[in-house]
Amino acid sequence: MLVGAALLAALIACALFAPLLATADPAAMSPIKRLRPPGDEFWFGTDSLGRDLYSRVLYGARVSLMVGFAVAFLSTTAGLAIGLVSGFARRVDAVLMRIMDGLMAIPPVLLAIALMALTRASIGNVILAITIAEVPRVTRLVRSVVLTLREQPFVEAAHAVGTPVWRILLRHILPNTVPPLIVQATYICASAIIVEAILSFLGAGMPPNVPSWGNVIAEGRTLFQVAAYIVIVPSIFLSLTVLAVNLIGDGLRDALDPRLARRM
Amino acid sequence: MIAGDQGTVEEVAKVRAQLGLDRPIAVQFATWLGHIAIGDLGRSIYDGQPVTRMILQRVEPTIALSLCTLLVALSLAIPLGILAAWKAGTWIDRGVMGFAVLGFSFPVFVIGYGLIYLLSLKLEWLPVQGYASPREGLGEFAAHMVMPALALGWVLTALFARMTRTSMLEVLSQDYIRTAHAKGLSSLQVLVGHALKNAAVPIVTTIGIGVALLIGGVVVTETVFAIPGVGLLTVDAILRRDYPVIQGVVLVFSAVYVLINLAVDLSYGFLDPRIRY
Repeated sequence: MLVGAALLAALIACALFAPLLATADPAAMSPIKRLRPPGDEFWFGTDSLGRDLYSRVLYGARVSLMVGFAVAFLSTTAGLAIGLVSGFARRVDAVLMRIMDGLMAIPPVLLAIALMALTRASIGNVILAITIAEVPRVTRLVRSVVLTLREQPFVEAAHAVGTPVWRILLRHILPNTVPPLIVQATYICASAIIVEAILSFLGAGMPPNVPSWGNVIAEGRTLFQVAAYIVIVPSIFLSLTVLAVNLIGDGLRDALDPRLARRM
Repeated sequence: MIAGDQGTVEEVAKVRAQLGLDRPIAVQFATWLGHIAIGDLGRSIYDGQPVTRMILQRVEPTIALSLCTLLVALSLAIPLGILAAWKAGTWIDRGVMGFAVLGFSFPVFVIGYGLIYLLSLKLEWLPVQGYASPREGLGEFAAHMVMPALALGWVLTALFARMTRTSMLEVLSQDYIRTAHAKGLSSLQVLVGHALKNAAVPIVTTIGIGVALLIGGVVVTETVFAIPGVGLLTVDAILRRDYPVIQGVVLVFSAVYVLINLAVDLSYGFLDPRIRY
């Protein structure tokens, strides 16, 4: 987990200080210097339009991390709200869960692709599409926690002394859903980073002018046999980022849920 | 968009009428639903071909890739998972689990390009891209299928191996495993005959979940390896904004996903006689 945290911290620093660390404007083209292999002048080489790959990869970290964190935050918040309501209000439960079942019937990557096909390519839409694909799973998790909790004696006791429902939800149920939710959020962050890269790679994600890792890989795809580094460099960064987040997730899981840690 | 940038108002209206876009949403949806019921997914707005036929033409490579991938993933993951559970706590166990974390962290196309770089460009063992039907000879088919199946199977192997290990660990701590050992069965007999059989239900459940990963991955893998299957059809349709095709493909994939999960649920009764419907 420490390794993961250190890696992620380094990547966040890359993303935050991209303008300072970059050696060139990531969008600046110079056709004379195209397809230069990695070397002294261009650390990671240049692409087919002569853009500096090192700077593009640094800026790509911004896109990936922003999408990862935003999706993790939005989908857990939405899932938490829907899950709490659905776990406590019988009447809406059936309706909400059928909607979630409907969404879950479509594989997440495919759902995100379909949603992106309906809208314009932009970072907001990418975040929204991936969030919608992730929400049903969070909702199910929260709902299952709520359903077990509300049968617990301390909840019954709170009912008995006349605590209003909203207060029970906020004071007694909500805090207990947090630990599994944090673990879930890290895994969602990791998968969102992958899905964003997949969407951009397929041409259904970020607008082409944004240097996201998926876009850079997609541009390098046709040149793979001549200039493999255009694909390989962002791929390494992408994998390291996801690995870092996954390691943190595993660490959090072991720390927050000792019972599960022994089994996994 | 179809009428072109220079399209006049009348031309746009004509195209809208042709595509039925001038009717209310509810009517459009009802018509679409009615056509689905008789297996008609509409026509591509790009070249006017029936979507059902387009999908059927492309279905063979996708099924071949999916089956090969599942075969690769299961034949690697189950032995690895059993081994990790049997040797729990040793370096073997840690190695397998370390591999599983790596498996979750490398996206399909990263593995795909890594394999192409290593096996095709550097070692020149396998063809870079493309697809050969099994009817053109099994050797050709296998040569084109090894890398895509490995690339796509990577994450599934990680998922299945992890689940096999967890499920096996649970079973291995049971009394009847000690009894089986005590009556003198070999380790292999105990592991496969007694433990794996009882650990099967969660493993099969995970296969159902894995199908979602598989379907998402097929789209990417077919793009990386230029396999002319339904996945590549999806990507082409997205790039052309060919909505009837996108709708049709998503519908077909989702139906397959739901049906496979139904099959998984039904298989419980077969795997565990205690479960009855």
